[in-house]
Parts: sequence; C-alpha cells; structure tokens
Amino acid sequence: MIPTTEQGIAEAIRSAHDVSEPLAIAGRNSKQGLLRPVQAARTLSTANLTGITLYSPSELIISARAGTTLAELEAAIAAKGQHLVAEPPDFTALFGRIQPQTIAGIVASNLSGPRRVAWGAMRDHVMGVRAVNGTGETIRSGGRVLKNVTGLDLCKLLTGSHGTLAVLTEITLKVAPAPEQRATLLLRNLDATKAVAALSAALGSPYAVSAAAYLPAPLAGFIPGIGPGPVALVRIEDFAPSVTYRTERLRADLAEFASADLLDDTQSRLAWTAIRDCAPLAGMQGALWRVSVRPSRGPAVAEALEREFGAAWFLDWGGGLVWIAGPATAEAHEAVAQAATTAGGTFTLFRAPETLRAAVPVIPPEPAPLAAITRRVKAAFDPKGILNPGRLHAGL
Amino acid sequence: MLPQPAPKAEVLARRDSIVAGLKAILPGDGIISEPLRLKPYETDGLAAYRQVPLAVALPETTGQVAAIMAFCHREGVRVVPRGAGTSLSGGALPMVDSVVVGLMRMNRILDIDYADRCAVVQAGVTNIGITQAVAGQGFFYAPDPSSQLACMIGGNVNMNSGGAHCLRYGVTANNLLGLKVVTVDGVILDIGGAHLDAAGYDWLGLLTGSEGQLAIVTEVTVRILRSPEGARAMLAAFRSNEVAGACVDSIIASGIIPVALEFMDRPAIHACEAYANAGYPLDAEAMLIIEVEGSIAEQDFLLDRLKAICARHDPISLKVSSSAEESAAIWKGRKGAFGAVGRISPDYMCMDGTIPTSQLPHVLRRIGEMSASYNLQVANIFHAGDGNLHPLIMFDANDPASFAKAEKFGADILTLCVEVGGCLTGEHGVGVEKRDLMHVQFTETELDQQRRIKSAFDPAWLLNANKVFPLKGLSAE
Repeated sequence: MIPTTEQGIAEAIRSAHDVSEPLAIAGRNSKQGLLRPVQAARTLSTANLTGITLYSPSELIISARAGTTLAELEAAIAAKGQHLVAEPPDFTALFGRIQPQTIAGIVASNLSGPRRVAWGAMRDHVMGVRAVNGTGETIRSGGRVLKNVTGLDLCKLLTGSHGTLAVLTEITLKVAPAPEQRATLLLRNLDATKAVAALSAALGSPYAVSAAAYLPAPLAGFIPGIGPGPVALVRIEDFAPSVTYRTERLRADLAEFASADLLDDTQSRLAWTAIRDCAPLAGMQGALWRVSVRPSRGPAVAEALEREFGAAWFLDWGGGLVWIAGPATAEAHEAVAQAATTAGGTFTLFRAPETLRAAVPVIPPEPAPLAAITRRVKAAFDPKGILNPGRLHAGL
Repeated sequence: MLPQPAPKAEVLARRDSIVAGLKAILPGDGIISEPLRLKPYETDGLAAYRQVPLAVALPETTGQVAAIMAFCHREGVRVVPRGAGTSLSGGALPMVDSVVVGLMRMNRILDIDYADRCAVVQAGVTNIGITQAVAGQGFFYAPDPSSQLACMIGGNVNMNSGGAHCLRYGVTANNLLGLKVVTVDGVILDIGGAHLDAAGYDWLGLLTGSEGQLAIVTEVTVRILRSPEGARAMLAAFRSNEVAGACVDSIIASGIIPVALEFMDRPAIHACEAYANAGYPLDAEAMLIIEVEGSIAEQDFLLDRLKAICARHDPISLKVSSSAEESAAIWKGRKGAFGAVGRISPDYMCMDGTIPTSQLPHVLRRIGEMSASYNLQVANIFHAGDGNLHPLIMFDANDPASFAKAEKFGADILTLCVEVGGCLTGEHGVGVEKRDLMHVQFTETELDQQRRIKSAFDPAWLLNANKVFPLKGLSAE
C-alpha cells in the first residue's frame, strides 16, 4: 500500500487495526536491512507522501512530507546556504540499496553523522511531527518553532522509534547556515588510545571542533586522499578566517600528540562523507555493528573485539562511536554486546543476514521494569501491535 | 482560586499514619508535617497560586526517593516533585493530599570527566553550580535560564529549560546524556549514560520536559562544553518593532548564528535601563542585544558583519561593547528584566509563548492593542532567534479584578501565539498555569495520546497530577 495522502495512511492503518493485521512500515525500503526483520504480509509505505510543505530560511525551519527524499530536502536548503546540523548519513550503499532514503526514514531511525558529537543528533533537530498511530488516529507534536515545551515531547519519542509507535507523515526540522569553509587536521601514526586522547583534547578546546574520528592502519586507505597508516581526523567548519585561525591554534595545541597535516575544503568533504557513510567497512562481508560508549572507552572496546574475532573497526564521535565488522555469528554478536555493556554503552546490530537479525537481540534488552514501560507505551500508541511488530525487540 | 483535582478523602483521613510511615523512611528532619513549616512549600515562582501539601519529604539519596515513592504508591498518595521552586508555570504547586518530594538536599556533584566532556550531578545541584564546578578547567554547562543562580538541574530536566544562549547551544534536552530516575512505584532506572544515542526508545528525550508526570529525576549526566575564548555583545536600537524584526531576519539569513539574539520593546528597555543603568537607548522603540563568541579577531569579524547588516535597517544607534564590563552591564539589564519590571509594578505575570519570528511585528501590535483594551501595561522581551516571547503583564495582585484581567490577557496572548503558528510555552512549561489552555494547541485525540503515555508510566495518576493536562481529563481517568 502506497497512499498519496495522510488520510490514506490513516485509513490503511484503521483497516489493519480492525482486523489486527500486522504491517511493515517503510519509506523507500533503504533501511529494510536494519534491526530485526518484520513479519508482515503487507507493507505500508509513505513513499508517495512527498513534497516540501514549508521552508522559512530566516526562521531556520523546513517541513516536508514523510516520503520526500533526503536528497531533495538537502538540495532545497543548500540553495539557501543552509544544511542539516546532524549530518544524516547515506547508508544506501552500505545496505546495497538503490532507492534513495526518505526524510521519515532518517528520522524514524535517528541516524546522525560525524557532527553529532558536537552539535546533536537528528532527534535534537526534529521540531515537529505529524503521525498516524496504530489505531489510525492522526496526532501532532511540537510545531514549526524552535523552542517548544508544550506537552510531552513525542517528537523525540517517535524519532528513532523505527515506525513501531506511529507512522510519520510530515516532519519539521531545524536547519542551520552551512559553514563557509571546512578544513581537517590529520594526526598520523597514533595508536587508538593516544588518538582518542588527542581527539578529546581537540573536542575540549575552545575552537568548536565539529567532528573527530580515528581510522586504524588497514582502513585509512579507504578515505580519499589520506594515504596509509593510522590517522586521527579533526574537522573545523566556520567562516573562512575562523577556520584558518582555529586550525593553526589546534595544530599548535595538538603538537604534543603529533604534527598535523591539513585537508582543504574539498578533501575534507570527501573524507567526512566517507566516514559518515561508513565507507571503510561497507564492502566487508559478515556483520556490522555500531557501539556507542563514552569516548575514552572506544579504543578498549575495539581492540578487545579485534582480539576476540579479528574485528575490523574505526572510531567516530571522538572515539564514542565504534563501527565494527566481523563474522555474522551469534558468538561474535555476543562478544560485541558484552564489550559494549561492560563499557557502559549500547550496541546495534546494524547490518547482518536476516537469520542472525532474527535470532539475537539487535539492541540491548531493557531491564524488566523498563521493558514493562516499553510494552505499555507501545500499547498506548498501537494497542494491537500492528506497526512494524518485532522490529526493535522480539515479541513487541 | 485555581481548580485542583478533588482531594482523596481517604488519604486526608490517614494523614497521621502516612506521616508516620514517611518518618520511618526518613528519620530526623527529613519529613516536614507541621503546618508552619509546610508553608514555604505552598507555592513556587508563580506565587499567585498556593496550596499547602499534606507533607514534605526531603530525601538525600536515590534509595530514599525510591523508598518514599514505593510507600506513597502503596498508600495511594499523590506526589509532587520539587526542586528550587523557581517554576514560573506553577510546576511545583502542591495538592492538599499530596506529598512534596523536594530534591534540594541531593546537591552533590558526583563525577566530572573532562576527557569525555560530561558530569554526573544530583538533581538538587543548581544550574550555575554545574558551571562553577567546571569553570576552573575552562568548561561550562550551556543552558542558562534567567533563574540559573537558584534553579536546580532536576527542575531544568523536567521543564526542558532554555535560556538566552539556546540559539547556539540548544535547550536542556540537547545537553543531556543520561538520567537516573525513580518510577512511581519506587523502581530505580538508569536512562542513557555517558554515551550518545542509546538504542531503543528515546526515554531521555521523553522524560526531558515531562514536568514530573512520568518519574522522579534524581541524577543527571550532562554534557559540559569548553568555554569559548571570549564573547562580546552589541546593542542595536531601532525606530519600530517591525524594523527590528526585519533586522533579525537579515541576521539569520546572512549565515551568522549569534550565541544570543535578544529583543526588547520600548517598555522593557525603559524598565531595564532604570534598573541596570546599562546605557540602553531610551529613544528607541525596539532594541536587539546581539552576542558573538570567539577570539578577539573572530568577534571583530562577526561584529563588523552584524553592524553592516543592522546599518541597512536605519538604526537609531549601534553600540559594540568595548570591554567585558560593558558586556556584563548589557546583560545585567536583560537578565534583571523581571526584577526591573517588579520595581515599576507591584506584580507581574511572565508569559512564555513561542511564535514564528516572522510574526513578531503582528504579534507585538496585537499585544499592544490588548494592553490598551485590558488597561494593563506589558513589556515584551523576546529570544528573537528562536521565537520565544516573554510578555511581562503588570497588575496588582491585591486587586482580584486586576489579577483576573491579567490572567485573561495572558491567555489571550498565548492563544494568539498558537493562532500564528507558535505554541503555548517555549521554556517555562505548562504547569498549572497553561493546563486549561492545552486544548487551544492540541486536539482531544492528541491530549488522549499524551495521557495514555502518562498512564503507561503512572497508571494511577499519582505523579504531579494537577499539572499539564486539563482537569477534565483527570476525572475521566
């Protein structure tokens, strides 16, 4: 089912609700391979709800229907010199898909790129939503203004809920002026622990670093223009004079770790797009995990899994986001879960064959009292459990 | 007097045994039940509404909070959480049959981690207390509500507090990593942590701004940020609200996001200048405070561009602060606005709607017309970059007719905010103040959706049940 209106979405859900029929919820299916497989005979897609409905550059606000492609929205705001702060990644290649991702897809999965470490996630920039819940009721939360604490914040709850609570039909995002220029410092030949210390120093500097990542030797070659050997990357973005000034100050401040090379604006764009889209690991066979931990724990998690099953990995978010590739086995998954939990963090089985995704908890199970709240909140939106059943947790 | 939910007679009848039960959990001076000592807890920053609670509990640990919650849950007793009591929406207003759980004794900073840029603090630590604890290393906690000297982080989380600098740094929700909370039945839950983006539903995002409806917050993990090298403010004075509003649009369109962009209208300028002697232009109809950050050279670069933009809008005057002292004086006027208005009026009511910034001239014109028809003065202060409007309505609380008029005036302003595409509250919260206006912004279907989420956390509606939702819904539960 691919309705062309919100009303059509609501009618489809009401009908499914009446007969308790589960529905897979999708946009253009670019993230079908993410999380647990959904058992549903029919798919309800928002791909035909398209179009930008409001764009007010001077109010830093854009609204678009759910199925609008991210590319269309980003092109519209780029024409006014603006961008999405959370730097949403493009994982279509990673998942081997051709169809472009939709704005609702990126919001429903709350996926953010390298700038997340400094300026927030997608969920921090969702100002308003329209959605249809599991009984076919249309609900709104938030609005078209940047500051709003009226009522419970369903924008945040629905962002990252992967279509399990309600089907997003229209989304309002905060946008920001795109930087005039970007540059990246490269610190070479540091081990992971030293590199993360350098990234922490950079992120803890007054120079408004907007991204910080580390690629160990085998993967650095996947990033255009940075050559062999392990490398830590630190990005500055702003008006041109600020970029020049701050890169020089940072270069001096980071000299105790390594002398730094510089990527110019064009090279920076290429490098951070590759990191954003997980290009270094996209071609690997097997499974792919994202682990989020406090940044200083990133190296230990990565190196433990390297020892455990020969993981290939790299670090973003100053060390706090660990991308891990390894064999698609329950044992490897258990090792990742263990390492993430021991480090006080969280994990997602990000890409894996369907059999593995169906067999293991793809995200950490919640403690019993919280799991009970999760079940009740799910029922508060979708009492018959028809929206993307089982996508996040088995049996929910 | 504000309508309150019907008290539970069977709870009031058991007052003595409930107090005794609480005292068994918190021995010593942790439980207050004497009428005279309960009096300070009868109200908060919205002092027009008052209600003495059944008792006050002042726990010092999360474990004690859990024990109190489990006890109250067993006994069917309503609970009202309270931080510093600075809410401007009546967020801490008790009910006659409720136990106030005050978090002010939970005021310890538990951990500071500069490498990972986060701090773990108890709910009763003041907002400024976090920044003070990390300032020695050059760090700060970004959200800065005007009440930051007194307000507590637990309250900031519950109200999703903003401040003058959230145009750049975001509101509370954007600066949190984790929470420790106690559920209504006394279970301790850890939400998030020191890492970003927990998997599963965004409980951190839902709990932030939930106004004590879902759980009691006892510990908070906040992001701390490195302070910029410096900051400087400039003042720009204009001949009309329209022109100042157009200038705000030009600034944002230029690609500069100042760290603060504050708007004051003529009455606000005069009240604040009389109070702070900040050198505000008294001949202006509207004034902008614009602040930028960075090195001196970076500040100069941005201020030069901003001056050029302002110059295109026929300003009466442009003044760039030349020293830290001058910048401080400029901010003293703005941050002291409430006190300043308090000097020229016996009482005032601070409203908190948000509007699309393009609607500012229209909204200010309508507020001016309402001010004339209600015969009540109003001063307007506005976080211009993010559309958050604070009209200060002046009235006399000793005159019931004046108070009633002010309440109606305020409701009209907020209704106008919603009509032009904005919302009832940008940072103060719904509380009791805007509870019965919620239907202006939301349909009954939408309110029911929110109520069902509340019920998922708090099936018997024991937590802060006199707030946020129109009372009609409560009796329906």
